[in-house]
Amino acid sequence: MDSRVLPSRFHQWFASRGWSPRPHQLALVDHLSRGESTLLIAPTGAGKTLAGFLPSLVELEARAKLPPESAGSTGLHTLYISPLKALAVDIARNLEAPVSEMGLPVKLETRTGDTPSHKRQRQKRNPPEILLTTPEQIALLLSDPQSMEMFRSLKTVVLDELHALVTSKRGDLLALGLARIRKICPNLRTIGLSATVAEPDDLRAYLVGQPDAETRALAEMVQITGGAEPDVSILDTEERLPWSGHSSRHAMGEIYQLIKKHQVSLVFVNTRSQAEMIFQELWRINDDTLPIALHHGSLDVGQRRKVEAAMASGALRAVVATSSLDMGIDWGDIDLVINVGAPKGASRLAQRIGRANHRMEDPSKAILVPANRFEVLECQAALAASKRGKQDTPPLRKGALDVLAQHVLGLACADALDPVAIYDEIRTCETYRHLTWETFEKVLSFVATGGYALKTYEQYAKLRKGKDGLWRIAHPKIAQQYRLNVGTIVEAPMLKVRLVRSKADSRRSPIGRGGKMLGEIEEWFVEQLAQGDTFLFGGEVLRFEGLRENEAFASRSKSDTPMIPSYQGGKFPLSTYLADSVRAMLASPERWRHLPGQVRDWLELQQAKSELPTRDGLLVETFPRAKRHYMVCYPFEGRLAHQTLGMLLTKRLERLGARPMGFVANDYALAVWGLGDLSLLFSSGKIDLNALFEEDILGDDLDAWLAESSLLKRTFRYCAVIAGLIERRHPGQEKSGRQVTVSSDLIYDVLRSHEPDHILLQATWNDAAEGLLDISRLSELLARIKGRITHTRLERVSPLAVPIMLEIGKEPVYGEAIDDILAEAAEDLVLEAME
Amino acid sequence: MSALTSHLTEFAIAPVCHDLQINGETVGLHESGILWWPDQSVLVVSDLHLEKASSYARRGLMLPPYDTGITLERLSSAIETFDPACVISLGDSFHDPDGSDRLPPVYRAMLTSLQLNREWIWVTGNHDPIAPVRLCGETVDELTIGPLTFRHEPLQKTDRSVIAGEICGHLHPAARVRRYGRSIRRSCFATDGYRLVMPAFGALTGGLNVNDTAFHLVFRRLQFSVFMLGNDRLYPFSASRLIGD
Repeated sequence: MDSRVLPSRFHQWFASRGWSPRPHQLALVDHLSRGESTLLIAPTGAGKTLAGFLPSLVELEARAKLPPESAGSTGLHTLYISPLKALAVDIARNLEAPVSEMGLPVKLETRTGDTPSHKRQRQKRNPPEILLTTPEQIALLLSDPQSMEMFRSLKTVVLDELHALVTSKRGDLLALGLARIRKICPNLRTIGLSATVAEPDDLRAYLVGQPDAETRALAEMVQITGGAEPDVSILDTEERLPWSGHSSRHAMGEIYQLIKKHQVSLVFVNTRSQAEMIFQELWRINDDTLPIALHHGSLDVGQRRKVEAAMASGALRAVVATSSLDMGIDWGDIDLVINVGAPKGASRLAQRIGRANHRMEDPSKAILVPANRFEVLECQAALAASKRGKQDTPPLRKGALDVLAQHVLGLACADALDPVAIYDEIRTCETYRHLTWETFEKVLSFVATGGYALKTYEQYAKLRKGKDGLWRIAHPKIAQQYRLNVGTIVEAPMLKVRLVRSKADSRRSPIGRGGKMLGEIEEWFVEQLAQGDTFLFGGEVLRFEGLRENEAFASRSKSDTPMIPSYQGGKFPLSTYLADSVRAMLASPERWRHLPGQVRDWLELQQAKSELPTRDGLLVETFPRAKRHYMVCYPFEGRLAHQTLGMLLTKRLERLGARPMGFVANDYALAVWGLGDLSLLFSSGKIDLNALFEEDILGDDLDAWLAESSLLKRTFRYCAVIAGLIERRHPGQEKSGRQVTVSSDLIYDVLRSHEPDHILLQATWNDAAEGLLDISRLSELLARIKGRITHTRLERVSPLAVPIMLEIGKEPVYGEAIDDILAEAAEDLVLEAME
Repeated sequence: MSALTSHLTEFAIAPVCHDLQINGETVGLHESGILWWPDQSVLVVSDLHLEKASSYARRGLMLPPYDTGITLERLSSAIETFDPACVISLGDSFHDPDGSDRLPPVYRAMLTSLQLNREWIWVTGNHDPIAPVRLCGETVDELTIGPLTFRHEPLQKTDRSVIAGEICGHLHPAARVRRYGRSIRRSCFATDGYRLVMPAFGALTGGLNVNDTAFHLVFRRLQFSVFMLGNDRLYPFSASRLIGD
């Protein structure tokens, strides 16, 4: 690449730093100068951010030389959009240095939810050259007729962490916003900055407008490969490897020694409850009082910022963190990443490893700590994937309909809406290109009057069609309502956790005085607590004292056996790629030599006592135990798909008279138990296993289950909020989320019984099928194992079944009818005290 | 139909109520959420909140317009079951004062047909302080029949000489119990034997936990019982067994 694309000022700046422009940085400048949108794929630490801004800085330098007042000499030039507020702020700060050192006449400003309103007003009138912001702010700006002017001068949009953005509804909202911006500025160029992904073409298509439903337009791509090979290993523990569980308690001493041997370590875990537990355990053995901190999403923001600042200034030796730290913010010099628990995906692991040594030239060092025997297999598979550079990021999602409804209302707030033109505009988004006119009409009618077959709301319509065929909002209040509701992040109802009574502190206690706010916790979790129950939060064992308004009161407890919060968030299912690798590894004993002795022994024992699961088939074991009959199968398709399968199998077994009582699922296996002799039923042919696992289980049984599933009700609430059917709760508006939860459940029931084809139910179903139920993986599984099911009848539990059997009782048991529980609870009571 | 089967059919549909003494008077609680007073042939229903969805729609929140239909269907099935001589609607019958005016013709006809051949009393509530328009029935603020007094909002007193025999609604009582680590929440009747708070009957009405402070002014702490509405029966619990939200 010819470095003459850069003006001399830039060369001097690079030289003054002892750097020279990297080829990918020049390549981006070159592509952009030809008007081409471009995707930059690079591992962490490759100077991605500077590369993303370089073309804009070069153009702005040239623009400054135009005569003042001439066309195109002022105005907003570049929008930078990041998934995190904090990241936008961080990038702005980092960019200030080159801009001021080169003396560029460029104003950089951020615009987030925290920006004061007078500054936002000023930004509309007198925008900076570069504005750093979030997808929600783009939606807000686009709904405001006054900010339209601001976009006219726009030349470039930079999308940071694109691989993370596109996996969520925020990515849908942003895609729709981009389509609108492209309409305002037809020559717009986009730059996507992304970590390595499985399907770069998905992102390339996301970045540009799609001309029609058949051809797929792609942005240019610049890919940085190479960099130093990461140094990844699996902790070879001296301790006994647990059969099940996710605590990794056995390895705590070894983790502590690793932290001691390195300068700064990042300890990544998969869930907030694990983070709590490990932080607690590390402090328990922290004889050197090393500064070790905790960072996860439900801690108080102030607390998190403190940890981040301490980390950046080098004051910490280790941070125990969840994925809240996964993304791009610069953390200073981390020389070791410890990943506790299974990595769940090869790409996920690669991104985490990348956090060590934020410089490409040095190898990143990472150690994987499997928490149990299955996780050893998974870590091994992830390690192999990492060596081959194999990626397993999820495919591009289909645009959500609730987000579309929100966007359509936003467009109508900005300007009179021409349905045909808007329909064409929306389909230029890669994620909405297959939207049918019928669905679009349903969405439009939903926004206008709720879209019900019973047309009773015409008089209250939010959008009205004028004589000119254009749709307009019926009242300015509608626009206000829209602005309060914008965005796709719907928080689960949360309660603040406040410390109410502090007892004598031990020296090692990581938190301070009493009476303060510790953070937030999901309401459903608190619901399960009775006064006196203990749980881990903010790195401490707390005792639940009671509820007041929207605060959960808790005191410090000295209890050693907390009832650990099992947050539902953060449980990523095992990726399809890793699942297949693990099955392949299990099926070929010659590959076991890489495994630790304990694991090898375990698998050999399984081979002797039962059978090994094959790569493409399904092993089903049955055995009696303590007056119950168990069926354990090993699909390796991830917890979500297994849960759905468990639910459906129980329903089916019930119909077949096998009297199932419950099931439990983890990432690898599924266990169903009941009173009927499953061994006999299967081997006598009374129940045909092939029929039991027949693909039609995804038909009526699924519908029947979903009708009463609370999973779907929760999903519906999110969709209803995003689509504007019910109002978003704002802080201080309500005592707790209870009222909203109840009414959205009731709305769901009413809709399901009276208008099952309603667009919001369709949106809910799409979400659930993809996220909560993992229907696609389940249906792939059922197709894969067809005719390949092996039944092994055992006298007792097999070695491979031990881990899942140990989870019984720890996990919530599904499948009990609620009314039965009520009856049981009621029966052991007499109606007391009516004195 | 043979005599036997007709007898069986009759047996099958005979409503089963949970009999209860309120201020010495025997009344029946039914899992549909209504109160049945056999001696007077009075059926009491509370907080219908008809036209709630359209009330929200006026503010731009287009809730499904089926709530009135569902509520009236349920009410009609209860009325068919008990065939009362008198129906008392215990306030908040409509979600807002204009609700009765907005009532779509098909539902107006349905409601009117339910009112045929029986006495109908609208007790006023905070949501509907005025008499409904273009509907039959007498509107009162409160009503006493024998030992029982019917009003929408409970008097904020626990003095038993004053409140004995009070049948009210307004609070939308709901209760939560925990079992096997799962909690279950349902609408309920709540009573201490002196007064009775009725569950909300309307299809889109939520519930307020009986552990909420609002109930402290109605019942002495822990000295009341609830009857949670199940699918085909009521589930009784004493207050001490209940947990908050």
